[in-house]
Amino acid sequence: MTRIGKASELAAYRAELLKKRPADAKVVAVCCGTGCNAYGAQKVYAAFAAELAKQGVKDWALRSTGCHGFCERGTLVVMFPEGMLYQRVKPEDVAEIVEKTLKGGETLERFLYDDPVTGEKHRLEHEIPFYKHQERLILGQNGQLNPESIDDYIALGGYLGLAKALEHGADWTLEEVKKANVRGRGGGGFPAGKKWETCRNAKSDKHYVICNADEGDPGAFMDRSVLEGNPHSVIEGMIIGALAIGSDEGFIYVRHEYPLAVKRLEQALVEARGLGLLGEKILGSSLSFDIRINRGGGAFVCGESTALMASIEGRVGEPRAKHINTAIQGLYNKPSNLNNVETWANIPLVINRGAEWYTSIGTKGSTGTKIFSLVGKVNNTGLVEVPMGMTLRKIIFEIGGGIPAGRKFKAVQTGGPSGGCLPAEKLDLPVDFDTLWNEGSMMGSGGMIVMDDRTCMVDVAKYFLGFLKFESCGKCTTCREGIRRLHELVTAVTEGRATEETLQLIEDLSETVEAASLCALGTTATNPVRSTLKFFREEYLAHVKERRCPAAVCKTLIRYDINEKCTGCMVCAKRCPQKCISGERKKLHVIDQSKCIKCGICLDVCKFDAVEVK
Amino acid sequence: MELSRVDAIIERNGSRGASLLAILQDVQDEANYLPREALEHVSKRLELPLARVYAMATFFQAFHLEPRGKYVCTVCMGTACHVRGAARLVEQLERDLEVKSGGTTKDLQFTVEEVNCVGACALGPLVIINGEYHGTMTADRLTKTVEGLKKAEGGTR
Repeated sequence: MTRIGKASELAAYRAELLKKRPADAKVVAVCCGTGCNAYGAQKVYAAFAAELAKQGVKDWALRSTGCHGFCERGTLVVMFPEGMLYQRVKPEDVAEIVEKTLKGGETLERFLYDDPVTGEKHRLEHEIPFYKHQERLILGQNGQLNPESIDDYIALGGYLGLAKALEHGADWTLEEVKKANVRGRGGGGFPAGKKWETCRNAKSDKHYVICNADEGDPGAFMDRSVLEGNPHSVIEGMIIGALAIGSDEGFIYVRHEYPLAVKRLEQALVEARGLGLLGEKILGSSLSFDIRINRGGGAFVCGESTALMASIEGRVGEPRAKHINTAIQGLYNKPSNLNNVETWANIPLVINRGAEWYTSIGTKGSTGTKIFSLVGKVNNTGLVEVPMGMTLRKIIFEIGGGIPAGRKFKAVQTGGPSGGCLPAEKLDLPVDFDTLWNEGSMMGSGGMIVMDDRTCMVDVAKYFLGFLKFESCGKCTTCREGIRRLHELVTAVTEGRATEETLQLIEDLSETVEAASLCALGTTATNPVRSTLKFFREEYLAHVKERRCPAAVCKTLIRYDINEKCTGCMVCAKRCPQKCISGERKKLHVIDQSKCIKCGICLDVCKFDAVEVK
Repeated sequence: MELSRVDAIIERNGSRGASLLAILQDVQDEANYLPREALEHVSKRLELPLARVYAMATFFQAFHLEPRGKYVCTVCMGTACHVRGAARLVEQLERDLEVKSGGTTKDLQFTVEEVNCVGACALGPLVIINGEYHGTMTADRLTKTVEGLKKAEGGTR
């Protein structure tokens, strides 16, 4: 690998690459993102490699890519240049696909996406409703490049943003990011340009640039997919940031639970150094900058900037008061600019295509796109990227395809443990930084968990409190003890041991925890319980007054029964660990409630919908 | 764990306080947990008080001070998995293996753990057994999977 000595030579390097890969090249792209891998994508990829060789196919290239987003239908296989999508592909299907589709040009109907609502079949990826309404500025490249190849990234225009920034200089770059009004995608929504400026203006012999890749919100995996699917976009963003801020050293703090992301980043850094895009005198300019990777230890609080920096210094991740913010005094007490993965990945786009173009996407206050992980009780689970300002309804019902099994939408949880639950009346709200905040929730890093009428909102509040109780670092009493007490109180509600006074106590204590905790973990910890109390008070009251869980979730308040649909097949009786289901063959079975431990196995194994929970 | 292995890990990461987290991670990757003698050795080599090494080892959820089982069964407790019934899976493992979540069976065969989210939400609820993802899991299938593993171990339990 030879170093590229000048910014202008990058274009020549790219032109050489493009000569070797014409736009109409035939490529089979197998999604090897986390979701598809779990379905066995690696085996599908291996099967393609074997079959292409066995059947002597020479005109099709094979590519392993990062996450395409449509995890629900994995393993995904896209055939370029046309963009035909085969979904739910299994290793045993590959021989037939190679023979009939790649060689014979035949479309195999059974692998096409069929709309669960209209029953319509779609051939091309971009025609599918899930993709049609998205604007995939960041994620779009995932399907088109091999994350382990810097040449793939450069061929798609990668590092041209860096070349442009170097050509125009640090002041211009900073101005462009400020004009674009890129707001922090990690949840805070603070304008990145403003933070960069503060950091740059802080007098010091050393400035740090840091990428927060400690994605900790349960139900959110967009950063993981960007890191695994397109690591160079983050690295390029950080180099541009280093130029604007005047930094020579950067860190990526990435979750230990994301081993593939770590591996891909390490490899990407080596390749970038090889081409002279990192290290001394980048692209022949006066900029010298390099990046190190730090693996996190699985502590949610380390997503907080001061805790994260403490952890990089080799100390436990406890936050400190930010009387002086980290942009002025952060890592090793030096000015440190921290942005999250998605924010960094936006930077090359801003520089490449200009602030004016960037601000034309999204809303006035929230520019650009946002990636959401749309999960839970929704038909099309996966990663979606939409312009800011799209309504919750459009995201959940048009892109997400609505609620499975004909059930009813109940709530959507956004913002992870710091966010709240919004009911059906709020579905027409536009999703941007400010609107959701005003409703007692937040956009957060982009988790969007859909809940149906079988989800108990009290149980959801208990879940988040349980999570935060465990993740509180313990420094502030209100957070450490307050969340613990709140968890006990809400648990009492779920077990039918509470009164209406308990609800009042929950509200009072929530105020204290919010007011007297230091970092955002504590101050936002009560959002889930408060928002559910506000919008779903009836459900709390049912638990308290009637000792009833309307969604049939809270274990103490429910019972399993067998109804007349029972055919007497005896499967449940055989599988019951308590042996408390009695009944003869072909006769209605009965559960002995005194012995039942409510494990739910009978419900899992019954093929006739005869087991019901009340 | 051989202390020479710990030395090699320290060499690789650099013998300084800032490397402590990375050193402990690498020790655990090799030993499957953090043995006491390894922590003491790290403390000595890095010239850090043992209390600080211990603080690190107990602050982060990824670390374990006890040996773990041959099969580590990790139930994803992310929000998406939770609303699809992940808690029931933990209870099932606790019953089947007669061990509390976070614990290891006496014969060091099985460990039951929870993780906050692994970002494979489409497949929830999800159980990871020694790195292999088992998606859309039910209590019944989980029981059968565990029984299969027990049998594969020659019915030692």
